[in-house]
Amino acid sequence: MVNLKKYNDVSKLFVIFLTFFLVVSCSKQNYYVTKIEGKRIPITEKENQVPAIENFIRPYREHINKDLDSVLAYCPETLDKSTGKWQTTIGNLMADVTLMRGNLVFQAREKKNIDICLLNSGGIRSILPKGNVTARTAFEIMPFENSLVVIALKGEQILEMVDFFIAEKKPHPLAGVTFTIDKNNIAKNILVQGKPVQKETIYYVGTNDYLSNGGDNMNFFKKGVNKFDLEYKLRNILIDYFKEVDTIPVIKDVRITVE
Amino acid sequence: MKRREFIEKTAASSALLSLGVSLSSFETSKTRQLTVLHTNDVHSYIDPFPADHPRNANMGGVARRAALIETIRKENPNVLLLDAGDIFQGTPYFNYYGGELEFKLMSMMQYDASTIGNHDFDNGVEGLHAQMPHAKFEFISANYDFKNTVMDGFVKPYKIFNKNGIKVGVFGLGIELAGLVDKGMYKETVYNDPLETAQDMVRILKKEQQCDIVICLSHLGYKYRDEPTKICDLKLAELTQDIDLIIGGHTHTFLDKPTVVKNVAGKDVLVNQVGCYGINLGRIDFYLDNNKAKAFEGKSIIV
Repeated sequence: MVNLKKYNDVSKLFVIFLTFFLVVSCSKQNYYVTKIEGKRIPITEKENQVPAIENFIRPYREHINKDLDSVLAYCPETLDKSTGKWQTTIGNLMADVTLMRGNLVFQAREKKNIDICLLNSGGIRSILPKGNVTARTAFEIMPFENSLVVIALKGEQILEMVDFFIAEKKPHPLAGVTFTIDKNNIAKNILVQGKPVQKETIYYVGTNDYLSNGGDNMNFFKKGVNKFDLEYKLRNILIDYFKEVDTIPVIKDVRITVE
Repeated sequence: MKRREFIEKTAASSALLSLGVSLSSFETSKTRQLTVLHTNDVHSYIDPFPADHPRNANMGGVARRAALIETIRKENPNVLLLDAGDIFQGTPYFNYYGGELEFKLMSMMQYDASTIGNHDFDNGVEGLHAQMPHAKFEFISANYDFKNTVMDGFVKPYKIFNKNGIKVGVFGLGIELAGLVDKGMYKETVYNDPLETAQDMVRILKKEQQCDIVICLSHLGYKYRDEPTKICDLKLAELTQDIDLIIGGHTHTFLDKPTVVKNVAGKDVLVNQVGCYGINLGRIDFYLDNNKAKAFEGKSIIV
């Protein structure tokens, strides 16, 4: 009997141990951070390439390169936004082309004409180099997805636009308007499509969606009485134009006269 | 009788002994390693920079990044691969294919998750949605509410990964969209306060879900010198607790090494960001132990 009792104690102990063991092993085990190491690994040409990844990319790359590198036009001299105080050759080209090609859509949709085009100098991201012009050139000049917007502005806002232009002293691409800056730094002889600007007349001004929302402090655009999104990307306007012409013109007509 | 008793006792005690041994082996500490690899602001840079590039000649490239990740996985398979947003926009690959190739390559490299950057809205919320079939990884954002957009159901506030027994909670934070992205692009996506959202997230991940490690995937930006009140990663780290690591993006900040910040509770938080365009891969190794006593000795941070 004594022996049997001892045996029971042992088995009781066994059950307790087993229960404890199961409880411990079933509960979630927590891990605690003891050490952290951090570093930056540069990815250089010393690294091998994973062939499966490289082979996967290749057809995409080849398609893009073929498309981007086919010659669309020829540029006789380098057009650069940094050569010119009030106007530049690349700015004149971009404003003229945007007005012209934008009108194809605007006339078809709204039966109206774009009178003026104003873009921003900061939006020209590259030169247009002398030589062959490709779609890649257009991507470099205009990498953003901005699209053409037409804002209906009263003549009063056109005057604000001219004042802004004089105050900013930047060669923003401009087409459709000409004016003179007198000795007191005030605008005179402001003409829209060759006619004197009228305060109450509505003018249709083409610009990009970013500026139309008051970007780059062009707040006069926010006073527009109507707005038309032409859903035509500025880069595609350039590409379509490059496809259309053989030789890019170097445009140097005087739009802003300084006395 | 005596012989039988002896055998029974011996059997019982050897059973106890073996249990005892297994229990004591349980008590000796088990260590685990988790390797977190990360990128941010890759901006559709798939090919390496050309050899004549003035700043980043011969740097980056997805096929090379994939090779580096493969090598690290062979060393330690317990890897979590993350991206902090702005996968889209920057090269013609995006203009031509809308992000399809970016997502397919990230899936091939076995990315676990990404958060959403402002440029990921560049083809609109619909443009992002259109690429969802190509992504085999999770999209995580806790403070963007996509309920009233086509992205509803495609983005989780957080995700808990079980990595070889380590419970890793990852939540995402995105930057304010108004003024940065055209409303026509992000549509009815609602931006909620990142700090309040982060506090909710750590309560869920640390207190309720008892994660061993909490990681914030952020596209808030590292720091704004000219806008000291604007929320950023450094501020987020200081003003919260229970976050172990903030992986950042947006400001294209090239940190030589992770920044160590003291949080509200006086504990260390790592903040890291590795520039942009896939030029670098960030690597953070966490060493963990199941022996609480060791954790009380304090963790060492080697950066």
